Amino acid sequence: MCIDCGCAEPFHKHDHEDNHSPRKIQVGEDLLAKNNRLAAANRARFAAEQLFVLNLVSSPGSGKTSILERTLTDLKSRLAFAVLEGDQQTDNDANRIAATGVPVKQINTGAGCHLDAHMVGHGVDLFDLGATDVLMIENVGNLVCPASFDLGEAHKVAVLSVTEGEDKPLKYPLMFQAADLMLINKIDLLPYLRFDLAQCKAFARQVNPAIKIIELSCYSGEGMEQWYDWLQQGVNQKRET
Amino acid sequence: MHELSLTQSIVDIAIEHAERESASRILSITLEIGAFSGVIPEAVEFAFDVCSKDTLAEGARLDIKRVPGLGRCMECHQQVELEYLTYTCPLCESLALETLQGKEMKIIELEID
Ligand SMILES: Nc1nc2c(ncn2[C@@H]2O[C@H](COP(=O)(O)OP(=O)(O)OP(=O)(O)O)[C@@H](O)[C@H]2O)c(=O)[nH]1
Ligand SMILES: [Mg+2]
Ligand SMILES: [Zn+2]
Repeated sequence: MCIDCGCAEPFHKHDHEDNHSPRKIQVGEDLLAKNNRLAAANRARFAAEQLFVLNLVSSPGSGKTSILERTLTDLKSRLAFAVLEGDQQTDNDANRIAATGVPVKQINTGAGCHLDAHMVGHGVDLFDLGATDVLMIENVGNLVCPASFDLGEAHKVAVLSVTEGEDKPLKYPLMFQAADLMLINKIDLLPYLRFDLAQCKAFARQVNPAIKIIELSCYSGEGMEQWYDWLQQGVNQKRET
Repeated sequence: MHELSLTQSIVDIAIEHAERESASRILSITLEIGAFSGVIPEAVEFAFDVCSKDTLAEGARLDIKRVPGLGRCMECHQQVELEYLTYTCPLCESLALETLQGKEMKIIELEID
C-alpha cells in the first residue's frame, strides 16, 4: 500500500443528496497538480538522502543508454550509482546497464509515453538510497511528453544527437526549456553530416538562454570528461547541503 | 501523446470535487489549455468519453478555453502575442522575452447537479 499517493485506496462513493439544483463550483486546480505533489515528495526524499538525481530525456536512439553505459563504467569506482530505466516495452536497456554491475530497475510504461513521479517513487524502493550518490533516470524516448512531468529530479538533461538535425530545440521547445543541460551526442559523426553545431546551440539558447551545453561522443570518448566534471560538481553540491 | 493520462486526471479531479459537494452528476467541466501546454484540446475531447464512462462525469460537457501565447520583452518592454515558444523578442530581437501566458492546463470550474 502506498501511503504517499493513496494508490491502493479503495474507490468510495458518497450517498447523493437529491435536494440540490444545478450549480457551479470553483476548482482552479492544475492538471499536473497530483504529479507535482508526488514529485515534491520524491524531491524531499532524495534531498534527505543527499542524492543527486538526473532525468535523461531525448528522442528515441539519441544515445541515453550508451552515455549511461560509458559513464557508469568510467565513474563507478568513485561514485555509487543507481539507474531507473523507462521504456514502453522490453528490459533491453536495463540489461545493458546491469552488465556494468550498477543496480538498475526497468519500468515499463506500456502505452504510456513518459515516466511520472508516481512510477519513480515506487521504482526507487528497491535501491539503498542512503548508499547511493547519483540516481540516473532514463526517460522514455520522446521529445514531447516527458517535458511536462516533474519526477523530483535535480535537473533534466536533454540529449540530442547530431543525426537528428540542428533545429530540434526550436521544434520541441518545451523539452529544451525544461532542461538545464543539453548533451550533443555522436559528434564522432560530424565529418559525415551537414550538422551546424553553432546553429544548434543558438537555437537551444533561443528557447533557453541559461542552458548549459556539452558536446560529446560515447564512441570516441571526446567531451566525456566535461560531462563527468559537471556530474561531479552536482554531487559535491548535494553533499555540502 | 499523454492526453489520455491528462484526461484521466481531469476526470479524477472533477469527481473528487463533485463528491465533496455530494453531487449526483457533473454537467460540465471548464478547462484552460494554453497554446504551449503541449496538450491538444481535440485529443482531450476524444479521450474524455473513454475516461468518464461509468463515472459521475459521464456525459459532461467540456468547455475548453484556449489560452493564446503572450510574452513581454524585458528590453523593449512591449507585450507580444506569441505563436510559438521563444525567448527572442519579435520586435527588437533581444533574447529577453518572458512567457506571460500559454502554458496553462487547469480545471477552472465545474457545473454539478
Ligand atoms: N556514432 C555514434 N553512435 C552512437 C553514439 N552513442 C550511441 N550511439 C548509437 O546510437 C544507437 C542508439 O543508442 P542508445 O544508447 O540505445 O539510445 P537511447 O537514447 O538509449 O535509445 P532509446 O532508449 O531507445 O530511446 C546505438 O546504435 C548506439 O550504438 C555515439 O557517440 N556515436
Ligand atoms: Mg535507452
Ligand atoms: Zn523586445
